[in-house]
Amino acid sequence: MKLARDTWLIFQRQFQLLTRNPVWVFVGVFQPVMYLLLFAPLLKPALNAPTQAEAYKIFVPGLLVLLAIFGGLFQGFGLIAELRAGVIERSRVTPVSRLALLLGRSLRDVVSLIVQAVIITLLALLFDLRVVLGDLLLAYLMLALIALMTSAVSYGVALKVKSEDALAPLMNTVAQPVLLLSGILLPLSFAPGWLQGIADWNPFSWAVDGTRALFAGDLGNDKVWQGLTIIAVLAALGVYWAARQFARSVR
Amino acid sequence: MIQTRGLRKSFRSRAGRETKTVEAVRGVDLSVAEGEIFGFLGPNGAGKTTTLRMLATLIEPDGGEATIAGADLRKAPGEVRRRIGYVAQGGSTWDESTAREELVLQARLYGIGKAEAHQRASRALEAFQLAEFADRKCKTYSGGQRRRVEIALGIIHEPKIVFLDEPTTGLDPQSRAHMWDEIRRLRTDGMTVFITTHYLDEADALCDRIAIMDHGEVVAEGTPADLKREISGDVVQVGLDITTTPQAAQALDGEAYVRKLETVDDGGLRLYVEEGATAIPQILRRLDQAGLALHSIELHRPSLDDVFLTKTGRSLRES
Repeated sequence: MKLARDTWLIFQRQFQLLTRNPVWVFVGVFQPVMYLLLFAPLLKPALNAPTQAEAYKIFVPGLLVLLAIFGGLFQGFGLIAELRAGVIERSRVTPVSRLALLLGRSLRDVVSLIVQAVIITLLALLFDLRVVLGDLLLAYLMLALIALMTSAVSYGVALKVKSEDALAPLMNTVAQPVLLLSGILLPLSFAPGWLQGIADWNPFSWAVDGTRALFAGDLGNDKVWQGLTIIAVLAALGVYWAARQFARSVR
Repeated sequence: MIQTRGLRKSFRSRAGRETKTVEAVRGVDLSVAEGEIFGFLGPNGAGKTTTLRMLATLIEPDGGEATIAGADLRKAPGEVRRRIGYVAQGGSTWDESTAREELVLQARLYGIGKAEAHQRASRALEAFQLAEFADRKCKTYSGGQRRRVEIALGIIHEPKIVFLDEPTTGLDPQSRAHMWDEIRRLRTDGMTVFITTHYLDEADALCDRIAIMDHGEVVAEGTPADLKREISGDVVQVGLDITTTPQAAQALDGEAYVRKLETVDDGGLRLYVEEGATAIPQILRRLDQAGLALHSIELHRPSLDDVFLTKTGRSLRES
């Protein structure tokens, strides 16, 4: 009960600050929109897809997962600014739940991700993408879990390194291989065996496969529940670890 | 209100490849009574802030124990948090929020209901003369205004004790005087106030009792008046050339009326004497006999700096 109340308080505050400066939501969505408009049209011939719509069914889910990963991983920067302003310390002297300090922020990130995902989906509809609403909602759940995990990890790392200069290269180093090994831009079915072997160890590759299955209307595909389970477990671990960082001494 | 025994904290710091352990606080025993303004005086790096952060539950002590407003610091930090307020040195407000939003949020983080939180915020804004810009963003405030918001944030839940870390550092003289009044008002409202400072005049003017801290240890504790009385007598400061200072020290050292003698770095002596009025003629006579010329001679009552000097061997102003 207290956790829910505290989380709501932190979420409200963070969300209010976000709506005061909503430009960031659109800055975040700008890059994926560019991919959608300027890169995706190459895919039909490149993938040998029968129609443009088929190509989008493969590309859009990957793009959304990409957005969730990157959107989450870079949230730590805002937290470092809050650390510097003393806002975190001010919260830590109150009896507020430490888990709520994390969850309130991460849920704000999840909401802003979903808003971006809806924008992208709507744009993709203009390009003849069609997807069943129930499947789409399940895909959004996957995206929400990814964003929850990556933003929690980003906050945890931010509390540990405490400086933008350390956070930026760290996150980029993590994000690059994760991105390339998840088949986001092109499906890994094109990849040679060794590359697929490595990618099997990348949880995001499972998430991408699951989301693609959902966009393809293949709800019964094992990849769906496997992807959701893997990401849910990792999100729980990420949240647990990051909440501990909030509880520990930080300056 | 506050009792501590043997509170310790060390940090590991890394310089290049070497890790070394810095003992920031090495066994602090303190006792603060209800309703007093207690000052924690010492140079930068003495361990004041670390001690304060331990008492405010922000960092865990390595050893020792403390009871704060009746709650055990190590066993019930949550209970301590409910009973104390803490105002950090480096600020705690967010540029894009307004004072009112910050106050309401802070009250709510302490578990206060929505309507009550709004009332308290309005009352605090009134009391700290912040009402007219309550709904402007914090980034538009002056240093003094912002500091007042931060103090208001620290006491919005009406704690029994409030910890203020260097509350007047960086303020202009007028805002500083204003802040002193605010701090006295907190005591009038029934709060125990624990402040850290490295300003001697602030400790002297504002605090009922002080502890002097140096190198992680409390070197003296008492009322400012008691501490000054401890180095009973007067201080005579003799201005001399840097070249003649050693000779003068030699001439005066061992004279019956000189209880303690210190050399001032850029020439001159500080003499701790029983009574200034009788000592000055004798000092003048002795220096005259030795053929040494002096620039000036001053008599003053011991200050807290003299207390610090006798306890640590150096001046607070120099450190």
